[in-house]
Amino acid sequence: MTRIHLGMPAPPGAAPAFPDAAEHSTRDTTLRNNLRHATHTIRAKRAAAVAELADWGELRAAGAAIKDHTLRHLDHYLEQVEAAVTAAGGQVHWAVDAAEANAIVTRLVRETGEREVVKVKSMATQEIGLNEALAAAGITAYETDLAELIVQLGQDLPSHILVPAIHRNRAEIRDIFRTQMSRWGRPAPAGLTDEPAELAEAARLHLREKFLSAKVAVSGANFVVAETGTLVVVESEGNGRMCLTLPETLISVVGIEKVIPSWRDLEVFLQLLPRSSTAERMNPYTSMWTGVTDDDGPAAFHLVLLDNGRTDALADQVGRQALRCIRCSACLNVCPVYERAGGHAYGSAYPGPIGAILTPQLRGTVSALDASLPYASSLCGACYEVCPVAIDIPEVLVRLRERVVEGGPVTVRGTRAVIRPARGHAAERAAMRAARWAFEHPRALRAGQRLASRTRALHPRRLPGPGRAWTRSRDLPEVPAESFRDWWQRTRGDRGTA
Amino acid sequence: MRVALFVTCVNDTLYPRTGQAVVTLLERLGVEVDFPAAQTCCGQPQYNTGYRHESEPLLRHYAEVFAGYDHIVTPSGSCVAMVRDNYPRLGARARAEGRGGALAEAAASVVPRTYELTEFLVDVLGVTDVGAYYPHTVTYHPTCHGLRMLGLGDRPLALLRQVRGLRLVELAGADECCGFGGTFAVKNAAVSAAMGADKARAIDATGADVVCTVDNSCQTHIGGTLSRRGSAVRPVHLAEILASTEGRVL
Repeated sequence: MTRIHLGMPAPPGAAPAFPDAAEHSTRDTTLRNNLRHATHTIRAKRAAAVAELADWGELRAAGAAIKDHTLRHLDHYLEQVEAAVTAAGGQVHWAVDAAEANAIVTRLVRETGEREVVKVKSMATQEIGLNEALAAAGITAYETDLAELIVQLGQDLPSHILVPAIHRNRAEIRDIFRTQMSRWGRPAPAGLTDEPAELAEAARLHLREKFLSAKVAVSGANFVVAETGTLVVVESEGNGRMCLTLPETLISVVGIEKVIPSWRDLEVFLQLLPRSSTAERMNPYTSMWTGVTDDDGPAAFHLVLLDNGRTDALADQVGRQALRCIRCSACLNVCPVYERAGGHAYGSAYPGPIGAILTPQLRGTVSALDASLPYASSLCGACYEVCPVAIDIPEVLVRLRERVVEGGPVTVRGTRAVIRPARGHAAERAAMRAARWAFEHPRALRAGQRLASRTRALHPRRLPGPGRAWTRSRDLPEVPAESFRDWWQRTRGDRGTA
Repeated sequence: MRVALFVTCVNDTLYPRTGQAVVTLLERLGVEVDFPAAQTCCGQPQYNTGYRHESEPLLRHYAEVFAGYDHIVTPSGSCVAMVRDNYPRLGARARAEGRGGALAEAAASVVPRTYELTEFLVDVLGVTDVGAYYPHTVTYHPTCHGLRMLGLGDRPLALLRQVRGLRLVELAGADECCGFGGTFAVKNAAVSAAMGADKARAIDATGADVVCTVDNSCQTHIGGTLSRRGSAVRPVHLAEILASTEGRVL
């Protein structure tokens, strides 16, 4: 086994740790209001949509079981996918990491001779930074999902899995369209207001030119059905359908955990996903394709199967449940931490509770940011409650906290390794050990309590050191004159003290 | 019936009134209460912060201290959640790591005997009217571990509704976390404080003079936030309300 150190301090210019980023974003009142309004609206709608189904609990259990089964036999199903896609006239490429996936897509686009691609909203391509990699190779990628378009035009980053521009209100969107659309294609209509219908029409006119001229499209997929090699994209706007059918070449970048065995299994997820994400009974557009078909849709189809840390996550008995995720974003919409900190504080394509357990598993816990993500939760459990595939996010968060402070065995790029505890936890570790020792020795605990009681008149109202983080916004409780155990001893003697 | 009180380290040290109230209440209901003095902490702070191995000795300690009691009653939802949800995990992990089944057996021995106070009252004793009198306007905040991990459901409210003199007012956004979360309150102080401020505003808006929970660790955060904001609303543990009677309001 290799012994490696994965707890490096953040280099200058690195993304800030979650608490530092959140310290900043919690003070942004516009952001707080935008997020509060949006998450509370969708939260209530989801609850109503889910309540309509009497068998939601069974669907949820089925979704978890199908994913667990597939992950346990992932090697088998991935080979089945490769065989079925190849037989249907597609080409399958295997990418071990982001760099390899980006290189494959760049090569495939270059081989077409095109310099522009249209994109279907995709988390996998966000994760690997595909747009940036293509730009470096002189290829322009146009996002066609409305919210992704807003983010791209605003030279911004997505802050939500389903609603990437959730941090923007409509006045901000109007300003972005007015000033930025002309740089990328058809300008915004003159006199554009912040009426939603006008904003949507401006985006429609702008995007239609892209759909009609693009020869290459890049997508992800929500599901890959192994038995037939069929890819499935679930969407609301129809931009995906345009991209998947009009261009000559289609390149789909898909995480290896998106596979499900059969069409029967798909039925479960087509109920779970729309109700959990957009609170709809059924999403407006579901596109499915199997390889290529003569004179119908793209003539060339490439499937890039992406690992990028997924196999390593699969090796962890507790952490692997994160790979069940179907990217619905219900956990973001109920998360009190996400609501106040905003998506950008999570520093990855995957914000919110799912990001806090996915990112440290896909990227490791090397950077200060990635090591801080498992702590970006009060463990309130609202995420687990709404998760349509029953990922026990708090359980995985605690497991990853253990990896940060205790180190231990992990799998890094397929190799077993032992990581050392991250730096910067020495004082906390000493305090936890001391507390554990006192809790194993009730007399020591009692002595500590008595000392605290006797000195209570001297206790400061504001604490120094790490305690300052508490007293900055909260008063301290008053230490009582007598602990419970002393009261019991005084009034009841030794009864029950055996 | 004889039960063991697991008062919890937080109540023992900071909120002895809550422990005293549990004793008063249970004795009034004809239950004999023991306090095994060797008891300390369930190990939740260590476990939830990532120090799994530091929490293992505390599981063993808990199992030893409470061996021989059919009912272990505790006025803390989150400590019961630690025992019920996380002790079996500690045992399973130790077994998976080739360290034998002793920890798993210790966990299995205490899980079915550990009760949160309202579970014990409603499910074991079968009472919702405990003969309490409390002449205040009260709002109830269901703490996260009680609500979502234990599934306490309607039990605390069913008990509160039977208290004479008590006017119960609804808390908007009651199921949202107050922002405590153990070490989260310090590690992510800005977000924790923002959550606490929203919770305190919602509590103030109810017009209640008392906010009630079944978890004093959350109360420490809620009370500390209310007090810093100059709010007059007092945090009171449910046990103290239920222990109050006509002659003696706690």
